[in-house]
Amino acid sequence: MEQKFREKAVIIRQEEIATGIFSMWLKTEKIAKAARAGQFIAVYCNDGSRLLPRPISICEIDKDDDAVRIVYRVAGKGTDEISFMRTSMQLDVMGPLGNGFPIKEKKALLIGGGIGIPPLLQLAKDLKCETQIAAGYKEQLFLNEEFKKVGNLYIATEDGEHGTEGNVMDAVKRNDLDAEIIYACGPTPMLKAVKEYAKEKNIEAWLSLEEKMACGIGACLSCVCKSKHKDAHTNVNNKRVCKEGPVFRAEEVELS
Amino acid sequence: MNTKVNIAGVILNNPVMTASGTFGSGEEYSQFVNLSQLGAVVTKGVSIVPWEGNPTPRIAETYGGMINAIGLQNPGIDLFIERDIPFLTQFDSKIVVNVCGKTMEDYCEVVEKLSDMPVDLLEMNVSCPNVKEGGIAFGQNPNALEKITKEVKKFARQPIIMKLSPNVTDIAEMAKAATAGGADALSLINTLTGMKIDINRKSFAVANKTGGLSGPAIKPVAVRMVYEAANAVDIPIIGMGGIVNAEDALEFIMAGASAVAVGTGNFINPYATLNVLKGIEEYMEKNHIEDINEIIGCVR
Repeated sequence: MEQKFREKAVIIRQEEIATGIFSMWLKTEKIAKAARAGQFIAVYCNDGSRLLPRPISICEIDKDDDAVRIVYRVAGKGTDEISFMRTSMQLDVMGPLGNGFPIKEKKALLIGGGIGIPPLLQLAKDLKCETQIAAGYKEQLFLNEEFKKVGNLYIATEDGEHGTEGNVMDAVKRNDLDAEIIYACGPTPMLKAVKEYAKEKNIEAWLSLEEKMACGIGACLSCVCKSKHKDAHTNVNNKRVCKEGPVFRAEEVELS
Repeated sequence: MNTKVNIAGVILNNPVMTASGTFGSGEEYSQFVNLSQLGAVVTKGVSIVPWEGNPTPRIAETYGGMINAIGLQNPGIDLFIERDIPFLTQFDSKIVVNVCGKTMEDYCEVVEKLSDMPVDLLEMNVSCPNVKEGGIAFGQNPNALEKITKEVKKFARQPIIMKLSPNVTDIAEMAKAATAGGADALSLINTLTGMKIDINRKSFAVANKTGGLSGPAIKPVAVRMVYEAANAVDIPIIGMGGIVNAEDALEFIMAGASAVAVGTGNFINPYATLNVLKGIEEYMEKNHIEDINEIIGCVR
C-alpha cells in the first residue's frame, strides 16, 4: 500500500490568479516527496462546522523544496475559508491520495476544462515526449503562461476572446490535434466528449474524475463511479474515485 | 488503570470501537491506526450477495455533520469471508461484523455463514435509512424488531448486537423489544433521516433525496437516547453518534454506554479513534479513576 500522510502543512504563499481561482504553495513534511502528477490532497477546514476535507488536485510538486501547489476554485464556504489563509499559516492536509496519471512515452494531448486544468501542469512537466495542451476556459485565463513553457498550448474561451471560440473540444478539432495518448480532466460533459473523440480516433485515453468524497482513502464508498467491469475490491460495477482513481482508462468507466 | 469492558461476555481491551460503514473492514485506515490498539473494529454492513448501493452523489456536508446515502454497497458475504476476516484476524482488536439484509432470511443466512468464523460479535443493521427494503423496516416497529432478533439468535453462535434507529418515537420501547427478542447487546444510534437541498441546482444534495445525518450535530440526541435505553434494559450498550474526541465519548459512557464507536469522526481525522482512547486514559488518570467500569452509567 502506498503511503499517505496526515500533516500540518505551512502555507508558503497564496495568490488569486483569476477571479475566484487561487494558487497556494504548501510546505509539507512528507507529502511532496511521495506525490505524483494527477494525485490529490485532502484539505481540512479550521471551522469546526465544516467537517469533511476538500479534495483538491495537485497542480505542481517541488520535491527539492518539499512543497506542493494547489490551484482551486472557491466553490463554497470551505474553499472560501481556505482562500483567506496567508503565508506561514498552518493547514491540515492528508495525501498524496489517489493513483495519478500514468506517465508514458507517447505523443500526448492533455485536455483540461476549467478547474480541471491545474492537475495537467505537473503532468506536462513530467512527460518526456511531444506534449500538446488544450485548455478550455470560461473567459479568464490562468496558468496559460506556465503551460506554454512545457508544451504547445491551444486555448478555447466561450466568447472567443482568447483562442478558439467555444469549448476545449472545439480547440482540439479546429487545430486538428493528434496524439498517441490523451489525458483529460474537467467537467463530466467534457470528459464524455473526450471519451467519444478518443474512441473515434482510436487513441488511448485517461480521464481524471471528480466526485463528492468523505474519507478520501477508500473506506466510506461515497465517491464511486460506474465501471464497465466488476471491480476486484468492491465486487460490484463500482470503482472508488479516491482510491482506484481519480484517473481511469476512458473505456473502463461509465460517465453519467 | 483498567480500560477493559465486557460486551456480552466478550472482553474488549478498551471501550473504543469504530462505527459500521465509516471504516470499511479496517484496511484503509490501518495505514494510520494500529488496529490492535482499538477495542474492536466494526465492519461495514455485509449482505448475502454483493450490493451496488445508491447512485451518486451519495454524501453532502451539513452544518456540523454530513448526510450520507451510500445504500449499503458491499462485496457480499463470500468475498468478505475470504478476504476481510483473514485481514482482521491479524490484529488484537475484537472483530464485530455488521450484517444487513432485505429479508429476515437474508440476515439469517449471513449470520449462519459467520457462525464458524473467527469473529467475536455480530451487529444487526436494522436501522439503515437508505435502502428501500429491509434495513430500517425492521427497526421502527417493536414487534418486527423482537421477531428478527429472535430469528437471528437461532442461527448465531456469537453474541448479537442489535443496532437501533433513532428515527422512532420511543427508543426505550425499541430497546426493550430487542432485549425481549434475546439481543445480547444494543448499539445506538444509527443516523437520523435528513435532507439537504442544493439551492443552486434546485435539487436534492444526495441522489437518494434523503440520507442519514451523522457527525457532531447529532451528538446530544444520541447521548439522550443512550441514556434512555440504558435505563430501560440491563444488556450492554454501545454508544455512538457524533463522537470526535474523548469528552464526547465520556458523555456516552456516563450516560450508560459500556463502549463507544467513532464514525464520521474518522473522516475528520483518521487518528480520531486513537485520540479518543488517549483522551479517555488521560481523563481517568487525572480524575483518579482506576477502572473505566466505575463511570459507566454513573449519571443517573
